[in-house]
Amino acid sequence: MMPLLTVHGLSMRFGGVTALHQVDFTVQPGSITALIGPNGAGKTTVFNCVTGFYRASSGTIHLQDEYQQAEGIDLLALLGEPLQWSDLWQPHRLSQRLYYKMFGGPHLVNRVGVARTFQNIRLFNELTVMENLLVAQHNQVDSGLLSGLLSSRRFRAYEQAAVARASAWLRFFDLLPEANRLAGELPYGYQRRLEMARALCTQPRLLCLDEPAAGLNPNETKALSQLILTLRERFAITILLIEHDMGMVMDISDHLVVLEHGEVIARGKPEQIQQDPRVLAAYLGTQTAEKGGL
Amino acid sequence: MSSRVSRALRVAVVALLLFAPITGLVLSGYQLSIHWQRPLWLAAAVLVGYFTLSWLMQHLGWLDRFAASRSAVQPTATIGLSGPRPVWIGAAILFALLLPFVLGKYAVSVAILALIYLLLGLGLNIVVGLAGLLDLGFVAFYAVGAYTYALGYHYFHLSFWLALPLGALLAALFGMILGFPVLRLHGDYLAIVTLGFGEIIRLVLNNWVSVTGGPNGVSVPFPTLLGLEFNRKAKQGGVPIHEFFAVEYSSDHRSLFLYFLLLIVVALLILMVIRLKRMPIGRAWEALRENEVACRSLGIHHVTVKLSAFGLGAMVGGVGGVFFAALQGFVNPTSFTFFESAYILAIVVLGGMGSTTGVIGAALLLTVLPELLRDFSDYRVLSVGIAMVLMMVWRPRGLRQRRRPFFVIPAQDLPKAPVAVSQGVAEQ
Repeated sequence: MMPLLTVHGLSMRFGGVTALHQVDFTVQPGSITALIGPNGAGKTTVFNCVTGFYRASSGTIHLQDEYQQAEGIDLLALLGEPLQWSDLWQPHRLSQRLYYKMFGGPHLVNRVGVARTFQNIRLFNELTVMENLLVAQHNQVDSGLLSGLLSSRRFRAYEQAAVARASAWLRFFDLLPEANRLAGELPYGYQRRLEMARALCTQPRLLCLDEPAAGLNPNETKALSQLILTLRERFAITILLIEHDMGMVMDISDHLVVLEHGEVIARGKPEQIQQDPRVLAAYLGTQTAEKGGL
Repeated sequence: MSSRVSRALRVAVVALLLFAPITGLVLSGYQLSIHWQRPLWLAAAVLVGYFTLSWLMQHLGWLDRFAASRSAVQPTATIGLSGPRPVWIGAAILFALLLPFVLGKYAVSVAILALIYLLLGLGLNIVVGLAGLLDLGFVAFYAVGAYTYALGYHYFHLSFWLALPLGALLAALFGMILGFPVLRLHGDYLAIVTLGFGEIIRLVLNNWVSVTGGPNGVSVPFPTLLGLEFNRKAKQGGVPIHEFFAVEYSSDHRSLFLYFLLLIVVALLILMVIRLKRMPIGRAWEALRENEVACRSLGIHHVTVKLSAFGLGAMVGGVGGVFFAALQGFVNPTSFTFFESAYILAIVVLGGMGSTTGVIGAALLLTVLPELLRDFSDYRVLSVGIAMVLMMVWRPRGLRQRRRPFFVIPAQDLPKAPVAVSQGVAEQ
């Protein structure tokens, strides 16, 4: 089966610091793939590159498109690439690059089907829970100025559909009673779930969760694992997650990618990873880990 | 019942403890005299008072009302009715319609000024209150609108009715031109750039003497109504309105016309702003104000959202400017100083960022009060400053907090499960 997401040779440099070096991994459709690694290993950097918040220094990121054509969508191109001399005799390519340079950005990555949550929750605090979810459906409703001002039938129909869709996700995450509360005043655990619901409202194919269980108690973590599994089974959403809670990661993920110092040191099934000496070294800090360093 | 008695008794004991040293011990000269009856009487009064008050509160529902007003943080508005009750809206409309006939000419001239500031306040509210972009140069768009009419008439004999949309469009264009370079700026930095932009426009108007007339300004004709003029003798090639209707000439007609026209424009604008808040674009503005990164992660292009806020806000400012030019009959750059920007911003901040009702109230307050308190006009700016400081201390969110739309979700309308994602993947 063709992978949904293919990351190849991804490198990211911030000035002189190499945060990622030649990272390769794939995410199979319908799978739960976890990115793990010690603090500062570059997990969130990978996330930011995949979701378009960082522009990778080199490498490619491809998302399989909905019609499963061979190439897939080049996510890096959506962010706007530097112009090249060869573009001069390829006007189509040139115009495309110019377009993405002017109007490109992470929002386009979201529109092709990648949604994400954040390590530190980023909700619209002064908006209600329902409004948070409606904002997420900005591209699915009738956002025309005139139809909205005149409240056309089309506009109202789209709005109602958006409210219904939002309500359904709220019910899924058990947040329906809170629909009209301000997002900022919700308890922490609710905010985490709301952020997931909001990401799902953009109808993604790939959902990237950055430490979804951070700050949750063991019971909440268990419930969250169940929710993530249900998401995969019932809605065929592929999930890429970063998580520090090893119990949860080993329980729910099909595939693991282990990062250390910006490099992939292991990938495979949870059982394999648990036995991998390099992974154990990275986490427990034995002599093997020191060798690669100074 | 018994709990009320015990609570009343406890209150009485506290009252006794408090009153005993205050009223029971009286110092006269060097003599300390003890009046032990006084605190007892007072405590008894407190006991009875507390008892009756709590009884009244419970039985007349006062307590509930008090409790409800305290938990105003909750979003309380319902769909389509986010704002004051219809009774109040009706009263306000009635008052506005009757004002010229009841309060006379002077009141109308004050009201016209108030309406112009209201217009500007609502425009700036889109940029600052909803989109959260601190704009200190709003007066630039006001100037663009005013000069569109003035110079348009001067060079091309542009009529008021053509200048109105043209001024709005031109101001919107300027808004977007300003918007482009400041897309990456936030907060203080944005404020400084917009402040500079406002000054640039004013200085250009001041110094480009050959085109704008510089500090000497440009004179502007009064608008006509379907070719009918509001002058004693026709000057613009039309017919004076009093001759057309065969009534006595009166200079009141002018201000009445402008007043009602402004009233219509403001009413339309208020409706528009109320609708905008419930539309995707309005929600996107507020979301952008709350968290830009999250917005981008949800597929919202921050550039278009910001530019639309700048453009629409500027457009309203431009309309205000055209009206201002028509009212004054003359424009020059001294009307468009930074002080005006600050004053409009004060209206928005005082009213409560994003709240339409609040901004309306603040605009009326800040334009009508200085007129009523003419004797203290030297302290006008000072009092605005004091008001702002007091606001920041007591009601940092403005006179009226923005209410959130309330969604009633009927259970039977719910789909059984969230709408499935794109088919291609679901089939695998």
